[in-house]
This record gives sequence, C-alpha cells and structure tokens, in this order.
Amino acid sequence: MVEITRLPEEARFSFRVAAGGVAAASKAFGVDLPTTIGGMAANGSRRALCLGPDEWQLDAAASERDAVVAAFAGIYADTPHSLVEVTDREFTYQISGEQAEELLTVGVPRDMALVTVGSGTRTLFDTVPAILVREADNRFTLSVWRSFAPHAEELLHIANKEFAAGL
Amino acid sequence: MLLIHCPYCDKELPELEFAYAGEAHIARPVDPSALSDDEWRDFLFIRSNPRGTHFERWRHIHGCGRFFNAARDTVTDKFLTTYPAGEARPDISKLTGSKA
Repeated sequence: MVEITRLPEEARFSFRVAAGGVAAASKAFGVDLPTTIGGMAANGSRRALCLGPDEWQLDAAASERDAVVAAFAGIYADTPHSLVEVTDREFTYQISGEQAEELLTVGVPRDMALVTVGSGTRTLFDTVPAILVREADNRFTLSVWRSFAPHAEELLHIANKEFAAGL
Repeated sequence: MLLIHCPYCDKELPELEFAYAGEAHIARPVDPSALSDDEWRDFLFIRSNPRGTHFERWRHIHGCGRFFNAARDTVTDKFLTTYPAGEARPDISKLTGSKA
C-alpha cells in the first residue's frame, strides 16, 4: 500500500530571472539557485527547484512569506525579475511507500529512473500538468493545480486500491 | 511512444510532454506592409511539407516550457537531431549520412 496525503500549504512562488540575475537572486533568497533543469537546493525551510532555463519554483515556510517578498523587492531595481506567489494555485500530495514509484507510473509518462532523489520536474500526471519531486527513494510529492486535483487524487486512490487488491 | 531529446533539459523524454509548433526557420518579414499579397500569403500559409527531412518547431510545454527546433524524417518519423531555437539549421547530409 502507498500512503497518499495532502500536505498543508506553505508559501510557494514562481520565479523567473535572466541568467545575469541568478547570483543576486540566490543572495536574496538565501539559497544558491540550481541552474540545471530539475536541480533542487535547500537551506532550512527554503527550497529552490529549477523548472526551466530561467524559471524556478521557490518554497518557504508560510511564516517566511513576507520576508521572501521583501527580500526580492529589495533587489528589483538592479535585478529585474518576476516573483509571483502561487501558494494557492496547487495542492501538493505526498506519495510514500514501497510501491510509490510504481503508483506514479500510472499517470507519469516519464521514465521514473530519470527522476533521481533530490530532483524535481514539471511533467504530466495522466492529463494533468504536475510538478513531481522525488524527496527520497520511496517518497514523492506531486503538485497539481487545484481544479485538476479531484481527478488526480481519485486516480491515485483507484490505483492504490488496485495495488492493495494485488492487481 | 516517441522519445524526444529536449536540448534544454538534455534528456530523452516522452512525446506526451511536448507540443508540435509547425515548420521552423520561418522569419517574419521585417516590413510586412512592403510585401505584395502573394508574398504575405506565402509567409502565412505556404509551407514546404517535404517527404523526408523536415525542420520543425516543438515546445516542451509540460517540462521546461521552451521552444526548440528539430529535424525529423517525415517518412520514418525518426528524429535526426534537436537543437535550441535561434541556432542555424544543421547540415542535413551530416545527419543522414547521404546527399540530401
């Protein structure tokens, strides 16, 4: 059996900056922004996930939301960037257990061997755009837009029941 | 399912993550008002539609989000190469090992 739980909401930001601004942004956020796509770096409760050549997802504890916004506002004049809070946009599910990887292959077309521990990526889950992060060998988080969440969650539970029934 | 190499992610990824975006290397005319109607029609609608190697745009929409270019054989559906948008068209004879 695989455990599927919805995680409580923390602060989540979509961040975009040109290559020249990565150093300044890293300093403002307190985490060295990874520059390989899929790379992830963390410092305390703050975490940066590289989604594209100039795009990151920044996570922080809910209590640090205002501090993050203020830190980036401070560098805006010298480093033009886009920081948008998207906390409310997605539901994040934690999927953990021995068969977690197999459960995700129900909807993820990507070869799961490419999703290594400590990396993340934007991909699809069934037909739903999703951000998949491999936290540990048998533990993943899957973030989907909230309007798609009932479908994604239902599908996870159906597959989980099939696993439990030995199908 | 086709596996497509994304030049930005540098991985072979499933076709489902990608979207096709038409023929590549078609530059918008700098001064459209100077063109005749026929020239404008050619820019908008007339495409090469070859049998064989085709240069086309793809977007890794469910991934890094980037547009890139690919050379694909329209007969075998095999991708010969993919390369970042903005780069020059690669040499076909080198890709296929024969004169194009």
